[in-house]
Amino acid sequence: MEFPAEYKYTKDHEWVRLEGDTAVVGITEFAQAELGDLVFVDLPAIGKSVATHGTLCVVESTKAASDVYSPVAGTVAARNDALSNDPGLINNTPYTDGWIVKLSGVSSSEIAGLMSADEYKKLINK
Amino acid sequence: MKKTPLYDEHVRLGGKIVEFAGWEMPVQYSGVVAEHTTVREKVGLFDVSHMGEIWVTGPSAEKALEYLTCNKVSSLYDGKAQYSAILNERGGVIDDIIVYRFSKDRFFLCVNASNADRDFEWLVKNNPTDAVITNASAEYGQIAVQGPRAIELVAPLVKGADLNAVKVFHFCEGEILGNKVIVARTGYTGEDGVEIFVGADKTVDLWRLLLEHGAGYGVLPCGLGARDSLRLEAAYPLHGHELGEDVSALESGLGWIVKLDKGDFIGRAALQKQRESGVPRTLIGFYLDEAGIVRQGDAVKTLSGEDIGSATSGTKTPTVNKALGMALVSSKDAAIDTRLSFVVRGRAIAGHVVQLPFYKRSK
Repeated sequence: MEFPAEYKYTKDHEWVRLEGDTAVVGITEFAQAELGDLVFVDLPAIGKSVATHGTLCVVESTKAASDVYSPVAGTVAARNDALSNDPGLINNTPYTDGWIVKLSGVSSSEIAGLMSADEYKKLINK
Repeated sequence: MKKTPLYDEHVRLGGKIVEFAGWEMPVQYSGVVAEHTTVREKVGLFDVSHMGEIWVTGPSAEKALEYLTCNKVSSLYDGKAQYSAILNERGGVIDDIIVYRFSKDRFFLCVNASNADRDFEWLVKNNPTDAVITNASAEYGQIAVQGPRAIELVAPLVKGADLNAVKVFHFCEGEILGNKVIVARTGYTGEDGVEIFVGADKTVDLWRLLLEHGAGYGVLPCGLGARDSLRLEAAYPLHGHELGEDVSALESGLGWIVKLDKGDFIGRAALQKQRESGVPRTLIGFYLDEAGIVRQGDAVKTLSGEDIGSATSGTKTPTVNKALGMALVSSKDAAIDTRLSFVVRGRAIAGHVVQLPFYKRSK
């Protein structure tokens, strides 16, 4: 499994990376493998403000629904509408085409305080 | 937690193990969609060793089962299997089962894993005859081979019986690898296929043979995830979802196996009354008209906001490729095309009633 070194990670298996002033958020390769084939992503409305660890959206596999939590506080500035037609993008390319939302108004120091790829790898290999 | 004889095989094959009805079972290996599609197009293997097996034997075995199950046992003949149910006095479903007739005084029941102990106790307690009821669940492993290529995969492996001559809902006894097997042309996927009962200690050998021999047929080991999406497309009810002790067999769509004219059986009086007065609730199939997925327990309302029931199963399935499900609703709102509203995480999603099943294979 791959965990890009330039990304930051949470214990709930989300990743985040800064793109200018916005934070791009998705779930990790480990998370998608645990969830199995995704069939639906309940995307949040643009403009929704989320707290750190607040529910960002819900991803659904054939078997069950799971919450995705926001790694940091912010406001939903963009969402990946391609997931509406093809939630499998998260399974196939979790770090690129499978991104879920972009958050504005985020704190770069909050992001810097999240787990590194190495720390995350240690967590899931426990 | 219990393990089937195939547990180590599942782990070795990379199956993702989850808890199901007190058993550690694989929910998937390569992925639910790939496994589901393989069963629809080729052939898949399922470990169903967690299912229970009960023998009912003796000169009064048929009489006992006629009273303990709702379908007409006397219509069976040797080598014939029958879908049936064990009901309580209220006509609620204790379990849905398959009854196999080996001879007029030897019947074999295949029951759900989660209900096996309760079924056995109930059957013994309510047995009106001197028929002998034996819980043989630990003696058998069971492997389901399902898909359009299942028969051509399994038939050459069976010695002492011609599987090609065994029709749907019939079974034969034979040998595979020199071990005794019962091969039933039944399943839970909506495809052709068989369910093979084998001695618990011979199950690994059979599993490995089927995987090895099946490679040329595109076989994949499949988990509970695909089993659930396949059965849902075929609209087969699942105990604990569509079926339960507080829902009558008539409400849950099992009317076709309730034989009120066969003489007395447990649940008959309640169902007779319900058939005359009409069922208060009906099991429906639905498609969603808006984005979302409905899950078991989600509330169902009319468009005017009246609570009329709840969903029993729901997901988006690979072959039909639509968000769909089944729900138990008031019978007045069960007509095909009726517009309904489903409450998912506090939000209303529109849907409508459709004819079941969602998927039917072309013969």
